[in-house]
Amino acid sequence: MTELFLRALPLLQKAVLVTIGLGLSAFVLGCALGLLVALARISPYRPLRWLAFAYVSVFRGTPLLIQLLLIYFGLPSYGIVIEPIPSALLALTLFAAAYLSENFRSGISGVDKGQWEAAWSMGMGYWKTMRRVVLPQAVRIALPPMGSRLVGLMKDTSLASTVTVVELTRVAEQIGATTFRYLEMFVLVGAIYWLINQVLTIGQTWLESRLSRQLP
Amino acid sequence: MSGAVVEPVIRVQGLHKRFAGNAVLRGIDLEVPPGQVLIVMGPSGSGKTTFIRCLNLLEMPDQGQLRVCGVEVSPRGVLPDAAMRRQIRQIRLQTSMVFQSFNLFAHMSALDNVIEGLVSVQGWKRPAASERGMELLAKVGLADKARSLPGQLSGGQKQRVAIARALATGPKLILFDEPTSALDPELRDEVLRVMRALAGEGMTMVVVTHEVRFAQEVADRVLFMEQGAVQTDLPRDAFFGPQAGERVRQFLGAVSC
Repeated sequence: MTELFLRALPLLQKAVLVTIGLGLSAFVLGCALGLLVALARISPYRPLRWLAFAYVSVFRGTPLLIQLLLIYFGLPSYGIVIEPIPSALLALTLFAAAYLSENFRSGISGVDKGQWEAAWSMGMGYWKTMRRVVLPQAVRIALPPMGSRLVGLMKDTSLASTVTVVELTRVAEQIGATTFRYLEMFVLVGAIYWLINQVLTIGQTWLESRLSRQLP
Repeated sequence: MSGAVVEPVIRVQGLHKRFAGNAVLRGIDLEVPPGQVLIVMGPSGSGKTTFIRCLNLLEMPDQGQLRVCGVEVSPRGVLPDAAMRRQIRQIRLQTSMVFQSFNLFAHMSALDNVIEGLVSVQGWKRPAASERGMELLAKVGLADKARSLPGQLSGGQKQRVAIARALATGPKLILFDEPTSALDPELRDEVLRVMRALAGEGMTMVVVTHEVRFAQEVADRVLFMEQGAVQTDLPRDAFFGPQAGERVRQFLGAVSC
């Protein structure tokens, strides 16, 4: 067991970084895109609203695995070839953005209408009100579901193994295949996922308790 | 027109507003000269809140002329949206509003609430704005609460912060929409005291309220609204005297018991 572990260690070290890097970058990019989608979703312009609705509907309504396979194996038939890691990052980002946009949207609509009126009455416009008054409160409201999304995303990175990204799950598969010790490897890798997510959850709880003091 | 005539802060003619086919304001005419404290009373559903919200265009009137702080707002559809937004902004830059439910920015400290308009609308530098903010908080008796978040303040304290916030941008007119209706009786006095001081300084104020005693002491003029129209418009002493008529006396009897 220790011998297996020692053999796997160098590979696992790299794989952990890929998994965490993929998950965190997809979350950050997904937040940025998700925010734009949420703003489009509540915009006064109907075509923009419709576009955002369609986006969320498609990327939330189809499996992430299908999206990933389409990007990696499907796009090349249109001459678009994307490397494994960028493919995985793109798919995870698009997928996460669909969910996160809904978190932002409900956060924004959860901010009391009186906050808007107070800002308007002092001469702020829509965007300034959004930026200075509404979004800071909306993000606090959206924090718990955003945390769940981040944890979900960390686990979803395992799908990147299907497009040859060498992350945790793929390393477990590879070592399992050469040593026939699948059981130990998958338990080990499962434990690593769990550990990463525990750390994230603790971070989220800390952030929530820090910020929730500021809301009524 | 003679140059000696002082331009009224508010001039409203034939103001109409309907919500979903329901006529809430049916032709309001009003002029408010600078420095006047105008109290608006009336039963709930009389349109007084809608009326005061029309004055800074939180509600868009359907019909009628509205001129506030020298800015004329055209009826809907006359000007392109952007031009109308500019007019509305011009009015909001010169007026402030105090709300029944305070509406302090929940994620900002008392001081940040007070200086938000200075910093993000009027482009003041933070240190100068903070200095002015502290003066205003001191004025409403809350200098020691500068760092508190709204959630840590009592209702009366919140409303006093809101008044300091309303004062920060140096408005020509402050609109008060039932500023004490959400407060316990003991907390009302601290808010009314601050408002009384403002009136004493010559601030032009429109106050929707049920506080009869406050109106008796502070008002220059009292408006009584009913069913979307001005039913009675009298100087204070006349309003509380026999001239006001049966309906007003009946209403005053009901709210001040």
